[in-house]
Amino acid sequence: MKITKVEALSNIANEIRMGVLEQVYEAQSGHPGGALSCSDILAVLYFNQMNIDPKQPDASARDRFVLSKGHCSPALYAALARKGYFDKAVLTGFRDIDSNLQGHPDMTKIPGVDMTTGSLGQGMSAAVGMAIGSKMDSAGCRVYCLVGDGEIEEGQIWEAAMTASKNQLDNLCVIVDHNGLQIDGKVEEVAGLIDIKEKFESFGFYCLEIDGHDIEEIIHSFEAARQEKGRPTAIIANTIKGKGVSFMEGKAEWHGKAPDKEQYEEAINELKLQQFIG
Amino acid sequence: MNEEKKIATRQSYGEALARLGEENENIVVLDADLSTATKTNIFAKKFPDRFVNVGIAEQNLIGTAAGLAAYGKVPFVSTFAVFAAGRAYDQIRNSVCYPKLNVKICATHAGLTVGEDGATHQMLEDLSLMRTLPNMTVISTSDDTQTRWAIEEASKIEGPVYVRLARLATPVIYDENQKFEIGKMVQLGDGADATVFATGVMVAESLKAQQELKKEGIHIRVIDVHTIKPIDREMIVKCAKETKKIITIEDHSIIGGLGSAICEVLADEYPTKVIRMGMKDKFGKSGKAEQLLKYFAMDSEALIEELKKR
Repeated sequence: MKITKVEALSNIANEIRMGVLEQVYEAQSGHPGGALSCSDILAVLYFNQMNIDPKQPDASARDRFVLSKGHCSPALYAALARKGYFDKAVLTGFRDIDSNLQGHPDMTKIPGVDMTTGSLGQGMSAAVGMAIGSKMDSAGCRVYCLVGDGEIEEGQIWEAAMTASKNQLDNLCVIVDHNGLQIDGKVEEVAGLIDIKEKFESFGFYCLEIDGHDIEEIIHSFEAARQEKGRPTAIIANTIKGKGVSFMEGKAEWHGKAPDKEQYEEAINELKLQQFIG
Repeated sequence: MNEEKKIATRQSYGEALARLGEENENIVVLDADLSTATKTNIFAKKFPDRFVNVGIAEQNLIGTAAGLAAYGKVPFVSTFAVFAAGRAYDQIRNSVCYPKLNVKICATHAGLTVGEDGATHQMLEDLSLMRTLPNMTVISTSDDTQTRWAIEEASKIEGPVYVRLARLATPVIYDENQKFEIGKMVQLGDGADATVFATGVMVAESLKAQQELKKEGIHIRVIDVHTIKPIDREMIVKCAKETKKIITIEDHSIIGGLGSAICEVLADEYPTKVIRMGMKDKFGKSGKAEQLLKYFAMDSEALIEELKKR
């Protein structure tokens, strides 16, 4: 069922964030920062945009999503559980030896995960392959791929960009979660990564730059991508690492650190206050 | 063995693939700017809509194939062995083998017999690298007949397959009625003086040695190891029990490849001395294939010498 109300989608994004924190807190391991920065995008994809059915996770005509920044798995798992692919109670097992919820997404273990990812830079090639497959069959599937801004320092991303453009993959939409931070600091400083939009444009992509936390803007950018013919789309989503939890926002140290009990409770309380009631 | 009729296994591959494309329309082929050398151009010409050239970008080659497999296609991927197994190792590991995706990596120009291009292009470690990956089936074919069978067989296996192919034209060993089975070695001759486990282009070299030695009253058996993984444990132990000497020979490093695979089984089940022939922890160099095999003591003459030793 497609959810169109901005407040409702915003609440789902907030629930995804709470799910992220729950998983990382329970596991005392994982990557909250980047998972929180992409939660709004995932909420729109899974509840407003993608043609998917949790009852038929392997349907061949479905749209696909590749979380190329695989370490943000808790956001994907929370979205999948919220959508009904599996029980929400499963989330507490994140990274546990007895759980299917691996540290990084495993398509063979978790319904709804379209591609196994984890080694950065590889998911976009897989998304390109899926988009080509759909084109070959005239199946009409759309393929979404979320990459991190630090991740696009990997050369394979640009190899994939070339293939996407050459094959006119207008069914491919790449979203760059541009939170500006990677483990060692700012993306501009660590690797000299600048002008992301210009880079994708020069590779032949239709590019949009948006506020990655503005639900309406996210929806509009996906609709614009849908209308674009003959070339792939790259949405540069400006986001805040750790979004929604004040003490995590904009802090590289929360890239891969779990909150303690006090921090967890504070974070959940903050997020609860952000829920729209109506 | 037909010494007159020589065919490179890459050529057999290209032709087999194009034929397979007719039967199975789910088969798609990817290459990285080497389709004229890997022979995927035969398929490309026949089925242009099912062929993807990604350019000189091997990491993306494997990644795109993984995506096509995840979508539901059966991708066959080709480039030179050094770029497939070497450059794209992490992609093969994480995007293909870990999710057990149905990608067939048919790597040509393996080994020293690449010749003149020299060490950068002579892949001598691919069997080691591919054999160690869970979920991977590793095939290394010795002639035209076997390669045609292997390509069809690879398409039937559900999961990743690595097929090692050669640039060099080598004799046709088997007639078209020969039966093969994945994981079952082929025994050629039943001599009890020694067993030579050989793979790829080394099978023909070993058969040459077998013929020469016969004249001198030395009777060896040659075992064609076309499947490196899963390995035929039964045959290895049987030969160790039945013959006096065990030699392995491969156009590959003696570390981690066929020789190591045989030693692992024997260490487990029937400890036996094994002489491993192949590249001895070195890089290759430029030269003609035949010259190089002689230079690095990997040809039939070197094998004969080894077999004559007490």
